[in-house]
Amino acid sequence: MSAGVQTPVDPAPVDPTLVGTTAATTDGQRSRIPWRFIGGRVLFYVFTLWAAITLNFFLPRMLKGDAVQAFMARSRGQVTPEAEQALRTLFGLDKSVPLWQQYLGYWDNLLHGDLGISLSTGLAPVGEAIASALPWTLALVGVATIISFLVGTAVGAVIGWRRGSRLEALVPVTTFLGTIPYFWLGLIFIAVFSTALGWFPAGHAYEIGVEPGWNGPFISEVVSHAVLPVVTIVIVSLGGWVLGMRNMMLTVLDEDYITVAQAKGMPDRRVLWRYAARNAVLPQIQSFALAIGFIVGGTLVMEMVFSYPGIGLLLLNATNAKDYALMQGIFLVLVLAVLVANVIADIAYAVLDPRTRQTEA
Amino acid sequence: MTTLEFQHVTKVYNVRGSGQLKALDDVSFSLTSHQTIGLVGQSGSGKSTIAKILTQLERPTSGTVLLDGKPVPTFGKGLRRYRQQLRMVFQDPFASLNPYHSIRHHVERPLRLDRVVPPAEVDAEVRRLLERVRLDADAVIDRRPHELSGGQRQRVAIARALASRPSVLVADEPVSMLDVSIRLGVLALLSELQREEGLGVLYITHDLATARHFSDEIMVLNQGRIVERGAADDVILDPQDPYTRELRAASPDPEKHFQELAAQNAGGAR
Amino acid sequence: MTTPAEKTVIIHPVGAGAPETAAVLTDGAGSLPPVRGDRTFWTQLRASTAMFSNAKSAAGLIILGVFVLVALLAPVIAPADPNAQDLTATLEPPSWRHLLGTTHIGQDVFSQLVYGTRGVLVVGFLATIMATVVAIAVGVTAGYLRGWKSESLSALSNVFLVIPGLPLMIIVASQFEDPPLWVIAAVLGFTGWAWGARVLRAQTMSLRNRDFIQAARANGEPLHRIILVEMLPNLMAIIASSFVGTMTAAVLGLTTLAFIGVIPVSNLNWGTILFWAQQNNAFPDYWWWYVPAGLCIALLGVALSLVNFGIDEYVNPRLRSAGERARLMKRKGMNANAAVTQVRSVPGADPTNERSDA
Repeated sequence: MSAGVQTPVDPAPVDPTLVGTTAATTDGQRSRIPWRFIGGRVLFYVFTLWAAITLNFFLPRMLKGDAVQAFMARSRGQVTPEAEQALRTLFGLDKSVPLWQQYLGYWDNLLHGDLGISLSTGLAPVGEAIASALPWTLALVGVATIISFLVGTAVGAVIGWRRGSRLEALVPVTTFLGTIPYFWLGLIFIAVFSTALGWFPAGHAYEIGVEPGWNGPFISEVVSHAVLPVVTIVIVSLGGWVLGMRNMMLTVLDEDYITVAQAKGMPDRRVLWRYAARNAVLPQIQSFALAIGFIVGGTLVMEMVFSYPGIGLLLLNATNAKDYALMQGIFLVLVLAVLVANVIADIAYAVLDPRTRQTEA
Repeated sequence: MTTLEFQHVTKVYNVRGSGQLKALDDVSFSLTSHQTIGLVGQSGSGKSTIAKILTQLERPTSGTVLLDGKPVPTFGKGLRRYRQQLRMVFQDPFASLNPYHSIRHHVERPLRLDRVVPPAEVDAEVRRLLERVRLDADAVIDRRPHELSGGQRQRVAIARALASRPSVLVADEPVSMLDVSIRLGVLALLSELQREEGLGVLYITHDLATARHFSDEIMVLNQGRIVERGAADDVILDPQDPYTRELRAASPDPEKHFQELAAQNAGGAR
Repeated sequence: MTTPAEKTVIIHPVGAGAPETAAVLTDGAGSLPPVRGDRTFWTQLRASTAMFSNAKSAAGLIILGVFVLVALLAPVIAPADPNAQDLTATLEPPSWRHLLGTTHIGQDVFSQLVYGTRGVLVVGFLATIMATVVAIAVGVTAGYLRGWKSESLSALSNVFLVIPGLPLMIIVASQFEDPPLWVIAAVLGFTGWAWGARVLRAQTMSLRNRDFIQAARANGEPLHRIILVEMLPNLMAIIASSFVGTMTAAVLGLTTLAFIGVIPVSNLNWGTILFWAQQNNAFPDYWWWYVPAGLCIALLGVALSLVNFGIDEYVNPRLRSAGERARLMKRKGMNANAAVTQVRSVPGADPTNERSDA
């Protein structure tokens, strides 16, 4: 049988081992900053923000009775007619305006920074109430998250490195700590360290009578008042980091490049931190973004327990007073803050993991 | 006599971020029953793509696949009838069986799906198929895949493929993941089945030696194009195409002593 | 076609003929253990619960079982009606009459704890079941489909992952005046399904490309059979793990909401006990009121975590054996982290145990 030959056109001798693979066909630039990766993530966050805002808009309209009526009854005529009208518009109880127009009006207000009127704080604008409380919460969450992440990841790395040692016992211990409800632990700490031992103050961010500002007494007050809340959050959230890091370390340590590094004679400490931990921490950064939502939730409850003047306390009071405008405003601000934190985490991940730059090619 | 035909089939994949990948470029061939065709090529040459298109797991970007002169239907009863005619044996015996289910389940499903035999006879037919591939039916039928060896699993995969009484069998590197000592046994089984059932077999491999051993004709695939086709011995012993020559030169020839080869390579510096 | 004997055989089999065929033809003896009778439903069930058979899972399940028993037998175990007031015996420390003391209006704390178990477990299970069903529906579908359908489902679950759960729960829960149990469970499930969906989607995507799924598709299996019969059994471990994790979150969420006061106090659970304790200044003196409830929450969480640990080790044997191997090596005086294979100087010792699994 004669061979039906389709001769390829290229004249140069072909090395069969390089031919026909996908590596030969892809051939692009590698950009330093993975814009596409970050851009995709930002797009997603914008979508999430939109979803949260829309959810916020529809919730009261789906489920409520007439909240304004109830409020009017409670406040017994201390509300001006204009304020009442504003409230009705806010809750969509103004039947004269069609739904889609309310939606657009809502967005219009938002973009002007108008989150509505807070019923429980003397009819002040919601934005103001939140603005005075937000910094406290951010400080608490920020400090607690960073400490928890650093300590937890380091401990997890060491436990993973020393497989089978007695340190392994730390893992169930930290996981147990993670199942303790935040608020309960906080109360226990107050009972033990504050009331019984008197080491730390029992609540608030600073004592009344101390002048707020960048001065020594104030700062020391703030720090001493922050210790118990921060420690509580750190203890409870530590377990997740430890477990995750230890599991990743076990996976990474099985890789061949670790064996090569050790065989080259690299000191153990260097292999542990520069090679193993550095690769194992990458998925941790990804889960950082998810952990933030969890930590925020815990911090809110912490503030309620410690009467810390942050958003959590504000939310608690708003919930009890059925101040829906304030509640929704807080929710939006929280979502925004979490999304910003996510973007930062994504950028950090993109910078640290060279593989994200690969996808640009 | 069943004839399976590829006519000017091209398959292009869109790869995210780096444009397009042309897996197959104007491929045409025909395969009839009572015939084994070996499809030889390297990893990435498009062999598996041909297998996927044949089993309708992928659709060609252009070109047609014909069964007995008629285009293969893409849905409904026609597709089902086509699927009954053409079955595949996969490369990885460890992955092609569902770890959760018993061997009986694996061989039974095609029998039940295609209603090859009435329900009362299904069990007997399963046993018959297992014996056909030289497995002890009683020992094997209620086991899970992880309890069998690689060779045994591959035999189960062949039994599963034969269940619907197909006329064409696509064997995608059926022995490349098996221990060398058992490859011959499995290939001998395939060869015997091909003869006795009158199957048309497309034997896909990267190994020239087994291709020659097992096939009547050989097609050589390079970067999605068929560069040579002919009788097995002709293609292997007297390749016309430069790519085929490279392939043959790259395969170790057990006739030659290793030191001869080293001297040859050092002398003819490339 | 020429027979193999006539052609130059390029492959030289190791032994005479093909050993594989020979072993198979004669008898499975030596290569296969004897068949264990017929595969009944029970043996299959035993096999699929293998993930629960290690020590950690067993411990967790036992603790869980104790809680379930307490919930079921609450009227029998609790000495008193949890709401019954006795104003002559307020704020009493634990005694034989009141095992965990009394509240500010003389209610028996122990009885409250026992009856509260019902609230926690019922709502917890209900919420978890709802969340898991949604997670399976969304996750497996998103994993099996391709293209924009899969991406949009994934985006949906990511939205719920990113939005902080507790504030969302507070907002939604506070819209209701006096919600029935299933509504509370639904609120908890509404915020908790996303994690399971994401994990399931990843797992389904990797399963989908496995050869046995491709084989099923090539054989013309209908879609519902592929998902239910071929894929789902292989996803059981992940679903179990997700179920346990979601339940932990649901219990914590429920008790937190109760403590804050967002959920009406008519639903007695451990969180409401803490709510009343805080409202009535039980901290720090009246420890019997607030310590046991928190401990119970923690203990339930521990039980669930243990079960999860057990499932993890079953799914990823590396986690289990890494520690064991290292301890074994240490006992023989070797460093588990050394890169080179260590040579032992003790003569006659059996070196085969130290070699890592291929």
